[in-house]
Amino acid sequence: MIQFDAIHKRFPNGTTAVHDLSLEIPEGGVTVLVGSSGCGKTTTLRMVNRMVEPTSGTIRVGGKDVTRQDAAELRRSIGYVIQQAGLFPHRTVLDNIATVPLLLGHGRRRARARAAELLETVGLTAESGRRYPHQLSGGQQQRVGVARALAADPPVLLMDEPFGAVDPVVRTQLQDELLRLQKELNKTIVFVTHDVDEAVRLGDRIAIFRTGGHLVQCAAPAELLARPADDFVADFLGAERGLKLLSLKTLADVPQGPAPEGGAWTLVLDEARKPLHWAPKDTKDAEIPLRPLADGDSLLAALDESIASPTGLIARVDADGVLTGVSSRDDIHEHAGRAHTAARTRTGTEPETETAA
Amino acid sequence: MTIDWSWIGDHTDDLTSLTVSHLQAALSAVFFGLLISLPLAVVAHRVRPLRGFLLGLSNVLFTIPSIAIFVLLLPISGLTRTTTVIGLTVYTLVVLLRNTVEGLDSVPTKTKEAAKAMGTRPLRTLLTVELPLALPVIMAGVRIATVMSISLVSVATYIGDGGLGQLFTDGFQRDFPTPVIVGVVLTLLLAVVADALLVGLQYVLTPWKRRRA
Repeated sequence: MIQFDAIHKRFPNGTTAVHDLSLEIPEGGVTVLVGSSGCGKTTTLRMVNRMVEPTSGTIRVGGKDVTRQDAAELRRSIGYVIQQAGLFPHRTVLDNIATVPLLLGHGRRRARARAAELLETVGLTAESGRRYPHQLSGGQQQRVGVARALAADPPVLLMDEPFGAVDPVVRTQLQDELLRLQKELNKTIVFVTHDVDEAVRLGDRIAIFRTGGHLVQCAAPAELLARPADDFVADFLGAERGLKLLSLKTLADVPQGPAPEGGAWTLVLDEARKPLHWAPKDTKDAEIPLRPLADGDSLLAALDESIASPTGLIARVDADGVLTGVSSRDDIHEHAGRAHTAARTRTGTEPETETAA
Repeated sequence: MTIDWSWIGDHTDDLTSLTVSHLQAALSAVFFGLLISLPLAVVAHRVRPLRGFLLGLSNVLFTIPSIAIFVLLLPISGLTRTTTVIGLTVYTLVVLLRNTVEGLDSVPTKTKEAAKAMGTRPLRTLLTVELPLALPVIMAGVRIATVMSISLVSVATYIGDGGLGQLFTDGFQRDFPTPVIVGVVLTLLLAVVADALLVGLQYVLTPWKRRRA
């Protein structure tokens, strides 16, 4: 979908932002460009819609060389979510979202109708459409930014550290929303961040850049975490690489059994058979709270919960929160170990790793 | 110093036409001042090397005494309204140009980048993003230019124009204070009303600046 072919970018002041980048971004899915500041990831992103022009090399979007197209028309066909939203302060939220449809000559009425539709898509109330950006919270502004980028239904979405300026709780919400949206819309998303956890969470593929504009490795998150191409990648991913890998695996395959009875601790359920807490046999001990986990939860969450549990057991529930069984710390451990081994030995369907020349 | 109220009653028609003529001269000056300042400000804003030159030039023009400007213009446009308006326009340039340039400078880079990234072409960005966002600063300049022009019109009495300024000459020549006082009061009123109207206009033009619950 997007092909970078031998791209170099040198700025007039002599710094090399991107060095000999060749990368193919497939259609659909989220490709995250990650690296520390000054590694060229944002420059790479901005060359796609010609906000920055490459010094040499070609970039193709949908097979067409971007430099052969009218820059303004190209930009209208590519969604762009800017750092800290970058909304127009003098336009209402609705008119902000309607920007590109209006530029495409869709007419005010149609553009606004489309904008109203998108407000709902990104989880904002119809009422907020009449407000001005400064009347919204940072998280809401960011949602408007996403809606604006989606307004003309572009196949490609460029996102430049879109969630960098919001607090961690809101960031997690926005990430969840993006994943939900992406499931629905299946765009080709290029996402820039310096946050490894965000990259692992959102990326179908992660491209790691090193200072000086070198692409070091591009692979699926699990592959990257299990087999970093070199020490730079390993360092960048951090010491808890193994745990991050577990955050990608779900609990689904871990076996479960019936809850134990008559031990030192009993699993207490409510009348709908939803787990409440662990109760001690000796009433002088306090009951211990628990977090029930569903099949979609990660092995990392399961491991965490099993450590906190007095019995080493985790309570498993179905989608309605009803108890299905328990799993032991050992079962989780064993699965975690197996997940690691599998990732290291390239079994199953593995995406290939690309390494920059 | 007493006011001869009957004089006012006898001259309402004259006073009305002088007020209208006064206002017309001042507003024309602001209008032409804006017409000249806007494109020059865009040039000064975009072409850095020209910025100092243009702002400096408007400063120099401002330092020319007003009577001198009218005298200099006489051979060109004679004893006409045109001379008055040209003279006044020159004075509005210093505030209008400076404020428009500063207004354009005050538009956040991020917002301009966003417009570009959405596929807005430069002219449309200027008209629909930069100028609206620069409006509060430009309007501050327009208010100063308007009040200044209203007070300056009187100087054009020397070339036989001058709107309400003619009342001053009349009063001084006859040693009769009433027209002078009436002229001052009407000029002040004009300035205050014009300024209030401009504040109202700005309120209407910048809905995003209003505080809402």
